[in-house]
Amino acid sequence: MKLLRLVPAKTSYRFMRWRVLSFPASAIIAVAAVLMFVMVGLNYGIDFKGGSLIEIRSKQGPADLSQVRATLGSLQLGDVQVQEFGEPEEVLIRIEHQGEAEDSQQEVITKVRGALSDAYEFRRTEVVGPRVSGELANKGLLAVGLSLVMILFYIWFRFEWQFAVGAIITTFNDILFTIGFFSLFQIDFSLSSIAAVLTIIGYSLNDTVVVYDRIRENLRRYKKMKLEDLLDLSINETLSRTTMTSVTTLLALLALYFFGGEVIQSFVLAMIIGVVVGTYSSIFLAAPLLILLGLRTSVFSGEDKDGTEDKDSGKATA
Amino acid sequence: MLYFSRWKITTIVLVVLGGLLTTLPNFLSSESLRSWPDFLPAKQVVLGLDLQGGAYLLYEVDKDDYKVKQYQQLEGSIRRALREKPRIGYTGLGVVEGAVQVRIRDAQDVSEARKRLEGLLNPQTTGFGGPSVNEFALDMRDDGLARMTFTEDGLDMRLNAVVAQSIEVIRRRIDELGTTEPSIQKQGSDRILVEAPGESDPQRLKNVIGQTAQMTFHLVDERMSGTQALNGRPPVGTHVVMGAEDNIPYLLDKTPLLTGDELEDAQAAFDQRNNEPVVNFRFDLTGARKFAKVTRENTGRRFAIVLDNTVITAPVIREPITGGSGTISGSFSVQSANDLAVLLRAGALPAKLTVMEERSVGPGLGQDSIEAGKIAALIGAALVVIYMIASYGLFGVFANIALAVNVVLLFAVLTMLQATLTLPGIAGIVLTVGMAVDANVLIFERIREEARAGRSALGSIDAGFQRALGTILDANITTLIAAVILFFIGTGPVKGFSVTLMVGLFTTVFSAFTVSRLLIALWVRRRRPSKLPI
Repeated sequence: MKLLRLVPAKTSYRFMRWRVLSFPASAIIAVAAVLMFVMVGLNYGIDFKGGSLIEIRSKQGPADLSQVRATLGSLQLGDVQVQEFGEPEEVLIRIEHQGEAEDSQQEVITKVRGALSDAYEFRRTEVVGPRVSGELANKGLLAVGLSLVMILFYIWFRFEWQFAVGAIITTFNDILFTIGFFSLFQIDFSLSSIAAVLTIIGYSLNDTVVVYDRIRENLRRYKKMKLEDLLDLSINETLSRTTMTSVTTLLALLALYFFGGEVIQSFVLAMIIGVVVGTYSSIFLAAPLLILLGLRTSVFSGEDKDGTEDKDSGKATA
Repeated sequence: MLYFSRWKITTIVLVVLGGLLTTLPNFLSSESLRSWPDFLPAKQVVLGLDLQGGAYLLYEVDKDDYKVKQYQQLEGSIRRALREKPRIGYTGLGVVEGAVQVRIRDAQDVSEARKRLEGLLNPQTTGFGGPSVNEFALDMRDDGLARMTFTEDGLDMRLNAVVAQSIEVIRRRIDELGTTEPSIQKQGSDRILVEAPGESDPQRLKNVIGQTAQMTFHLVDERMSGTQALNGRPPVGTHVVMGAEDNIPYLLDKTPLLTGDELEDAQAAFDQRNNEPVVNFRFDLTGARKFAKVTRENTGRRFAIVLDNTVITAPVIREPITGGSGTISGSFSVQSANDLAVLLRAGALPAKLTVMEERSVGPGLGQDSIEAGKIAALIGAALVVIYMIASYGLFGVFANIALAVNVVLLFAVLTMLQATLTLPGIAGIVLTVGMAVDANVLIFERIREEARAGRSALGSIDAGFQRALGTILDANITTLIAAVILFFIGTGPVKGFSVTLMVGLFTTVFSAFTVSRLLIALWVRRRRPSKLPI
């Protein structure tokens, strides 16, 4: 049987040369993402903004969006968004947080139920008060920050500091890409998006660590090789695996995206973006960053360890 | 790396079989599970609220409301303390700016007043032989202005008790409704989380939990109509309360004759005259005695039954009621009469509870989500399986068997831990399937490389497993770190996702390093290959 190979058995692409392109490109996208985040912002879901989200399904025939809008409009609830959700029978209603009190939202839900429950089945109701939403946002940020720090220490402990810094810059870049993507397409950013971001961190690092692992091994084996050549060699050696794993993960995620239902679609989309970006960055960013960070080929031979630590790390901003 | 001792093989096989047995109940209907022999595991994975439908409600004790109520009581205590003989003259007693304030008229009384107010500080011991803390703090100035507030410790202790008591009351109320086992937990210092799986009517649940259900009985003051009082000044010792149905103002005595605490039982029933739903109640012994006395002394007057600051009904007392029981009528539906009876039986909440967060999923959506998750998982798995065989041939088959074992073990562990499977959790499983393959890919690619470097088939397989181990561990530990943090910080569905991710990482490493290695070792032993099939 002829086996399928996406990547030839032996490749010798000169990935390091691409860094003159990939560094500025990543930097530009990262800056653009930050700008998007600051200027346009994320489309925060109720988890972080407070408010209500109601999913209803018409009991008979397709839902009449304009009628739902009119009904809700007559209740005078402030900013209300009504949209179709997946199927023509289903409607997603978002209502901004009302008033000052924590539970003022409850009256709204009762009113909406009263107005729509004859013709519609209430499939999902989520109400988040302003205080809880603030706490959830803090927790989310804390989770992302804490994982980055812990992983930094782990890689530092297992490798060298350049690897740790390289991995964190790479991961940070991936997170920025994802956030930028969320901002650009105004995808609902909810609690599960944070879970997606964290999974992306895990995945991107997974990829990066595999490449770094090979670099470390080759550093020990080929003490005299030029760093650039050695990095190229390491990436080429792991290229087949990197693409294999990305493809299998993407296959699984695409299945989830198309068949897993509306509720988790944005969650899965974020992960798909993350896997693509993570694969790119572990090849074009993680490895070449080591050159920028002043990794020396002698780092694992034990004689010059202190020397490398003195290198200026101020350049480490991509 | 290719040698397996007999006991090792046995252990691996046993683990896999155990996993299969533990997972099996998940794929059986509950009927066939009932005929399942007792010695076999019969637990199923717990489905999260987003999958089986249900309500998630996060409540917080309304601190401000509680404080105000307690301060009003303290106000009463201060009044009584100062009126004790010899009386101490005072003015301006009331709750002002988050404190109870009073001004002692004569400077010479200040030290005596201080002594009496200090008697209200209510010292509490903290635990066994712990230091005693005062519930209230007294700030008394020499010019006679006294302010009393809760101390921080005192308020904390009170809130603790309030939360504990509220949980009790909520449990009694929900139990009476007969919903499937709800979980009611304390969260943080002043929050209560109620999770009711399978609850299809969250609105009713909220009504039943959220009502304070403080019932009181007051005499109606007839010296002036409620409307007059509302527009003018109600006489001292009275206040205006609105009616629930008619929205008419009633002028009532401030001090209740009786409270709901003195009730012994309440039942929904039908009024025999007009067949309308009513609630029958019965006082306990002391309550019945009081009720008899009050109705005897006030025959011909009206009294009002007040529930959470609205008048439900205000009948005229036609004759003394000595039996200690009565009827509340007031345009109830069958359900609302029932709910009120439940509330009265379960007792009042010690403080107002505020909904901070609500998530409820109807049973229809939950079922749809499970279906969608199943289909997605099957399609995803099928794609991965085909792709692996296309890429690695026979070894791909081995990897797929390992993958199947991986999923089985993942389910087994989730079942054993009785972890909650949520919709993001299903996504976690699918992701695990995608990433589980990674371990095998790492190994196989390594084997290919070793073969290209000129090793024998056996040597390459051996070296491939050995060299890939470090990489696989490093890669999985970094993901594990993210998953663990997610577990501790996440709530609800996100937590479910992190659990499946974590368990999946362990089963992945296990299945790659035992199952696929064992399969390949057995294959090598039988075939003695000189060339690799990949």
